[in-house]
Amino acid sequence: MLLSPTPLHIPDGFLNLVISLIFWVATISMVGLAISKTNKTLGEKQIPLMGVMAAFIFAAQMLNFPVAGGTSGHFLGGALAAMVLGPWAGILVMTAVIAVQGLLFQDGGLLVMGANIFNMGILTAVIGFGLYRMVGGAKKGLRLTIAGAAAWLATMAAALLTALQLWLSGTSRLEIVLPAMLGVHILIGIGEAVITVAALAFIERTRPDLLNAEKTAASGGRGWIMAGILVSLLAVLISPLASGSPDGLERVAADLGFLGDGQASSYQILPDYTIPLLGETALSTIFAGIVGALILMGLLVLLGRSLRKAGSGK
Amino acid sequence: MHIHAFDQFRAHASALHRLDPRVKVLLTVGYILSNALLPDGSWLAFAAAWLLLLWSNERAHLGLGYTFKRSFVAFPFAIAAISAIFSPSGNSLAEWNLGFVTLVPTDFGVVRFFSILVRSWLSVQMAILLVTTTQFPDLIHAFEHLKAPRTLTTIIAFLYRYLFVLTDEAYRLMRAREARSAGLPGFKRGGSLFWRAKITGEMAGQLFLRSYERSDRIYNAMLARGYTGHIRTLNPHTMQHSDWLTLFFSIPVLLLIQLIGWYR
Repeated sequence: MLLSPTPLHIPDGFLNLVISLIFWVATISMVGLAISKTNKTLGEKQIPLMGVMAAFIFAAQMLNFPVAGGTSGHFLGGALAAMVLGPWAGILVMTAVIAVQGLLFQDGGLLVMGANIFNMGILTAVIGFGLYRMVGGAKKGLRLTIAGAAAWLATMAAALLTALQLWLSGTSRLEIVLPAMLGVHILIGIGEAVITVAALAFIERTRPDLLNAEKTAASGGRGWIMAGILVSLLAVLISPLASGSPDGLERVAADLGFLGDGQASSYQILPDYTIPLLGETALSTIFAGIVGALILMGLLVLLGRSLRKAGSGK
Repeated sequence: MHIHAFDQFRAHASALHRLDPRVKVLLTVGYILSNALLPDGSWLAFAAAWLLLLWSNERAHLGLGYTFKRSFVAFPFAIAAISAIFSPSGNSLAEWNLGFVTLVPTDFGVVRFFSILVRSWLSVQMAILLVTTTQFPDLIHAFEHLKAPRTLTTIIAFLYRYLFVLTDEAYRLMRAREARSAGLPGFKRGGSLFWRAKITGEMAGQLFLRSYERSDRIYNAMLARGYTGHIRTLNPHTMQHSDWLTLFFSIPVLLLIQLIGWYR
């Protein structure tokens, strides 16, 4: 096959149901928001544009360059998509790309697709666009430097979140999977950063009208800068903390009820809420998953509402 | 490039091919969900799930081993689960001293590792069967019927339609790069790694502009032909009696697999 599976496309079976459902809920709410936002700003013209752009990301991932020893680097594209098309359109484009990779090429699973879209589409858009937008009006050199840093950080954050998901699912040991994932992606991220910067510089040189500061500003506001900085800080803080003392993070997760004794059971997210009648069965697992998903949905609704209030207050 | 270079669909006249795509999507997701719900080490239930898969392969006239042969796509990812073998809970089976670290595989860890692998392997095969027996446009249509947002399904339809075109474009760019990177035998071709990555980035930028301009042309052409915002299809996609029957008879089968897994 033309596409080699990248270490970020999680297949089915590697994440447990609770984690899969939680990330589906998060992904569905973000994608839903993205659809309503893009419908407002771009109109019906958006659909062919985003469809062709999704095909572009797909094709651009095939542009590989030889690295060494028969391996080759290639491109993920989430950060670039968000920088050129705006964050909401970028999220939709990446969602379509990851959906087709999972459905058509089995590059990434179906039940875990929510997590895959979140890691590679949403997280990369938040970090990529947020940091890029921060320096929207700055000089070209600074802007491109930040764009490269953002692309690198987005790749690292996606790797970090993938490692955490695998660990919370009881699939991998944190002290092994986290350094491994981050180590591999330090290099992949550098490739991603160079490609993103070169592509941006090329587009700016040939079609500056597509990338001017007003257009960037129009596609997302202050909220994206805040979110980008916050998520980046979080990623930067968690990585060394977790790599340095995995025991500490494990303790926190155990206290929060995410982990049972040594990950004995994968479904400990609501340990006190297992229904006595159902016991340790599939039904109670589904129930725990639904409860967890509902809690998350409630939090997201609250967050959305408070954001809207803050927006209308201005 | 031929338009079917990416297509996984294999045309046969089988009951599985004729089954409504909606039903196939639901059954595939149900099957993967069922695998995810089975407890670790329920080998009998995994075997039952595998038999169901083999039977489906046979029903699709693909031959018993069709999906097996193509099921190794997810294999590289198995590396991620290896560390589960050394789970702290369970009884230790051995002690491997590697000098700087001592690895202790446990019985619990080994069972967990192989359960993850089997779950993933079964799920990937069912997903392969889905795209082998369903044409991709029908699949997109099925998701639309299952209430996936129309904006997203239409974007995916466009992605599928222009994937071939833009991949062709990407290959043209790479062929041009190859042609310009001639070198004498024994001499190094091209520049440093950084330079190579930069050139790839500029090619990505070039591909972006070509795609962007093409999407403009496509939109104008579509407007000229009366595009109103969504794509219409001729396939009516109506559920037949046999579709409903398959759906209803599959539920007890999946429940039976769960029962075997939880109360062996």
